[in-house]
Formats: sequence, C-alpha cells, structure tokens
Amino acid sequence: MLDHEILLDIKNLKKYYPVTSGLFSAHVGDVRAVDGVSFQIKAGGNLGLVGESGCGKSTLGRAILRLEEPTSGEILYKGKDITTLDKKGLRELRKELQIVFQDPEASLDPRMTVGDSIGEALIIHKIVGEKEREEKIVELMKQVGLEAKQADLYPHEFSGGQKQRIGIARALAINPSLIVADEPVSALDVSIQAQVLNLMMDIQQEFGLSYIFIAHDLSVIKYMSHRVAVMYLGKIVELGDKKEFFQDPLHPYTEALLSAVPTLQSKKRERILLHGDVPSPLAPPPGCRFHPRCHKVMEICRNIEPELIEVSSGHQVACHLYD
Amino acid sequence: MRDKDNILEVVNLKTRFFTRRGVVKAVDGVNFELRHGECLCLVGESGCGKSVTALSILGLIDSLAGKVVDGEVRYNDLDLIKCPPDKLRHIRGKEIAMIFQDAQSALNPVFTVGDQIIEQIKLHLKVEDKEAKDRAIELLREMGIPSAETAVNSYPHQLSGGMRQRAMVAMGLSCDPQILIADEPTTAVDVTIKAQILDLFNELKITRKMSLIFITHDLGVVSEIGDRAVIIYAGRDVETAPVSEIIESPKHPYTVGLLNCLPDFAKTTDRLVSIRGTTPDPTALPQGCTFHPRCPRVMDICQQQEPQSIRISDEHIVSCHLYN
Repeated sequence: MLDHEILLDIKNLKKYYPVTSGLFSAHVGDVRAVDGVSFQIKAGGNLGLVGESGCGKSTLGRAILRLEEPTSGEILYKGKDITTLDKKGLRELRKELQIVFQDPEASLDPRMTVGDSIGEALIIHKIVGEKEREEKIVELMKQVGLEAKQADLYPHEFSGGQKQRIGIARALAINPSLIVADEPVSALDVSIQAQVLNLMMDIQQEFGLSYIFIAHDLSVIKYMSHRVAVMYLGKIVELGDKKEFFQDPLHPYTEALLSAVPTLQSKKRERILLHGDVPSPLAPPPGCRFHPRCHKVMEICRNIEPELIEVSSGHQVACHLYD
Repeated sequence: MRDKDNILEVVNLKTRFFTRRGVVKAVDGVNFELRHGECLCLVGESGCGKSVTALSILGLIDSLAGKVVDGEVRYNDLDLIKCPPDKLRHIRGKEIAMIFQDAQSALNPVFTVGDQIIEQIKLHLKVEDKEAKDRAIELLREMGIPSAETAVNSYPHQLSGGMRQRAMVAMGLSCDPQILIADEPTTAVDVTIKAQILDLFNELKITRKMSLIFITHDLGVVSEIGDRAVIIYAGRDVETAPVSEIIESPKHPYTVGLLNCLPDFAKTTDRLVSIRGTTPDPTALPQGCTFHPRCPRVMDICQQQEPQSIRISDEHIVSCHLYN
C-alpha cells in the first residue's frame, strides 16, 4: 500500500447545521461549523487543533468519530472511508477511535462505579471474559495513576484531575489507535494539568497511539503536538509542523493568536491586537473569513476566498499574502 | 495603623463556612496590603480562597453559610469587617467595586446593560436619569464598545462575551471607585478577547490611577498586568513579592511548582515537572505547613509547625521553613 503510514486522511469535511424559521420550519440558512477541512495524521503522530470558541474544532473532533454525522466529505481511516459505515461497521470502528471529553464531571455516569464505567467498553466489544475484565480494569487504573481499590467508588468521590484520568482509562480500555482529546485539561487547575499532560505523553509512548489534541491554549498545544492546525470559522487557516509553526507563523490570525497569549517571558512579543469578535458562522464574511479583523487586509481579501496552499514542505496556509 | 502608602490592608483574615461535612476553612489567615495605584494579583488554584478573600473584604459572605471569624480589613479609618451593613453599602460599589468572573451570570438577563449601569450610578450619586444615562454611554465608549448609544439599550444576550465583560468593567467603574477588585475577568473569554481586556485594564491603570486587586490563576496574566503578587495556597498567603521577582526567583516550593507546571515556562519539551497530589480538603487541612504533603523539599519541622511569614528582602515575604 502506498500511504501505509497515513492513519487518518480527511478530505473536504463539512458539517452544517440547518437553521429553520417560522411555522413550517423553512430552511433559512446553515451554521457552517466545519466548512471544508482537509488534513492527514500519520500513525503515532499528534495533531494539535487550536482555535477560539465557536471555530468548529470540537465539531470537527466529533465528526471524525461520527458522533456528529458529517454533511459531506470523506474520512479515510487506514484507507477506508468511514462516513458510509453502517451501525455494525461503526461499532467496529469505535474500537479504533476513542474520545476524551472536556468536562470530566459530565462525561462519567454518576450512578456507575468508575470500575464499571471503565469496563463498559470491554463488555460491549466482548473483548475479555468476566474474570479477565476485573484484571484489565485494575491494570488500566494503575496505568492512569489510580489505585485498584478505587474501582468501587463513584465519580463524585474523585477530584477533577482524577476524573479526567478515569476518562482517559475508559478511552484506553479497548486499545484504540487514535484518541480525540477535546480540551482534556482546560477544566483542570495548572498543577493538575501538568500531571494529566504527562500521563497522556507516557501513554502515547507505551501504546504508540495518536492524538488529535483540541485546545485553545497554545502552550498546551506546543507541548502535546507534532503538527498544529489553526481553525477559524470552520476552516483551517494554517497547518504546519510544530517547530516551524511556532517559530515562523504565516497567517496573520496565527500571528495574532501567538502574540495574544500572556507569557512569562520578560521579552514580550509585540502584541497584535485583533479588533472585534469572531463573526457568526451563520453568515461568515465574504472573501477571506478573517478579513474584517485582519491587520494586513488587502483589497483581494474582501472578495476572493484564499485556498489552503503549501508554501514550504508540510507548511500550508490559506492567505492571499502568500499567493 | 495603616501605612500611608497603602490604601487597603488585609490582616490575618479568616473566613469559615459551616457545612454538614464540617467547618471549611476557606480563608485561613491571609495578609496583604494594597498600595495606591498598583495592581496586586491574588494568585492560586481553584478552592484556595482567593475569591472568598475578595468577597470577605466587601462583606459579601452569605451570613447563612459562612462568616468572617477573625482579622481586619483596614480601609481609610475603618475596619470593613466591623463596619455596619448600611455604611458598608455606601462603600461597596462606590469606593470599592467588584467585577465578577462570569459576565453571563453576573448580569441580569431581563434588564438592559444600560439600566444595570444606571441603577448603580443612581444608587450612589445624586444625579438625574438623563445624566446617569449619558454617563453610562460615556463609560461604555471608554471601554471600547462600538456604537455605545445602541449598546446601552441592549440586553446582555445581545452582546458577545467580550462585550459583556466590558460592560461589567464599565459597571464596576461607574462611580469612580478608589479600588477595583476584578475576579478572574479574563478566564471565561477567548485568548484574543483576553488580550483586549488585559490591554483595557493596563490602560485604565494609567488613565484612572486606581488601585486594582486582580484575582487570577494564570501566571501568564499576572506577568502581563501585575505589579506585585500574592500566592495563596489552602487559604493562606505563602509568598508575596513584586511580579518580576515571583517569576525570576520564586522562593516558596509551591510557587516554584506552579511555574514549572506551565508548558510555556518549561525550558525543555521533555516532561513537565508537576506538583504531586492534589489540593487538600479544606475541612481537614494538613498539620503544620499545609503544603507539606505535596512539597518536594519537605522537612521534619514542616509536618509539625506552621511556618511564619519571613521577610527575606524589603519586598519579598515568604512563609516556608526553608528560609528560617
């Protein structure tokens, strides 16, 4: 096979939510949450997906797992399109793709012991027998830094950081090859954030899996990913290897994002202050979606939408400055 | 007596909540002073007592649930803790104002933003409706809200997150307070909006010459806006120093740990150095130094004796047995 190391290949993925109005629910428009996104992930590689709230990064993450039904586009997992899978095929797919949610509080069933929560997937996928299941749960809990005896406790008896560890153990239970981590540390305190990030790195080394790491915090992205994609209003505006991305950002939005992060460095970057807010995805601006807030806006940006083009090896940007 | 450089002094403040699970020592002996015209940051993780400290200063602790049991808050010639409620009501909002973390829930959804600002102006200043409204518009404009004349008649849901936060700041500033307490005003907004709000505060510091208490958990924000910082852990101040000293030569092991946790600060891209364990249960704080079960440099004495605060230089105070 040609691209044997490409784990996930996303082609022009779109997810629109119809907006209806009036008595007969007339279709008046679409919220274009994800509007034509393409990228690839290599086996064992991590993609960091960064953007402001409402840019579509979570919807994209969920669409990849088909927790949201994509409107159009292809998702090739190990070369096979998964957008057309039926229920049975989807169940098989779940063994390979897992998700860790942002809010550990809301993602665990309060009436199940955490041992049962972790073991649920093992039952559904009939992976191990009843006896081995207990052993597997204990093993998983140890892997994420919890004690075996805690398996009989309920979620409310754990702290936020511990709950997120349980969420990770649940995702790991069936040995997935890709985990979508949707803001896994943004609800945690800084001292706990570092623990969970370290844990996720250790797990990657041990299991050799890949992450799609969704975050709004660029310093977390820098720590966790090999490649970084920036989303703005449903589109990827820049995609590149981490080192190049942070040293030599190309898109004006990326520049502004990087300069907006409060840092501890005494030598501060000159701040590029963006004016206004992110426009509504219901009616994105014509031309380049970023042009009303861009500090380098040109005439062409108001009319023509820029394509994502490769400017150097592996570094793509959608901006007329690089046409 | 209050030092003349200081506008506010908090001395040994202790606030407790009485719950079925036991007594929660939310604030357990916090000390700091706020100087004229400075921005003082209160820094700590969730549950460390930084917000409760602010609420205690303003007498906003729900009397059914909790109580300030000890300490003083010296402002002018007053002790705000002992101040009678009706007198405090004239100070709160007028001389000492507060901005809350979540503008979405702090604003009343059934009144326009203008009404809510005007309400506060009319409560404290004797002005006519018209003048109050003009003042509200002027404030919104100063906060950088485009078309303030329309924004003043908007309901909170009609404004974006950043705009709502600006409206909150406008409300806080409506009576020209001497002191503004901002409780995590940038936590609920996006990074580009966060930068806008931080710049706004930096501007206000200069134009309004007010004293600012800025509550945050984000050391990056502290380094952008703070003059001095107080690090709070489990209801106690563990280190107080100018921001540059906190970042360049932190003394308390907890401060060191907090900085090392930040991917931004970490020198290498290897593992982050995390602080082991979790913050202690506030109903059962550890003996001795409350940080000792998590401290990488713990000594025998730390398990028995609570450390006193030590002044290691003019501006740098730390509570740790390492510096005895």
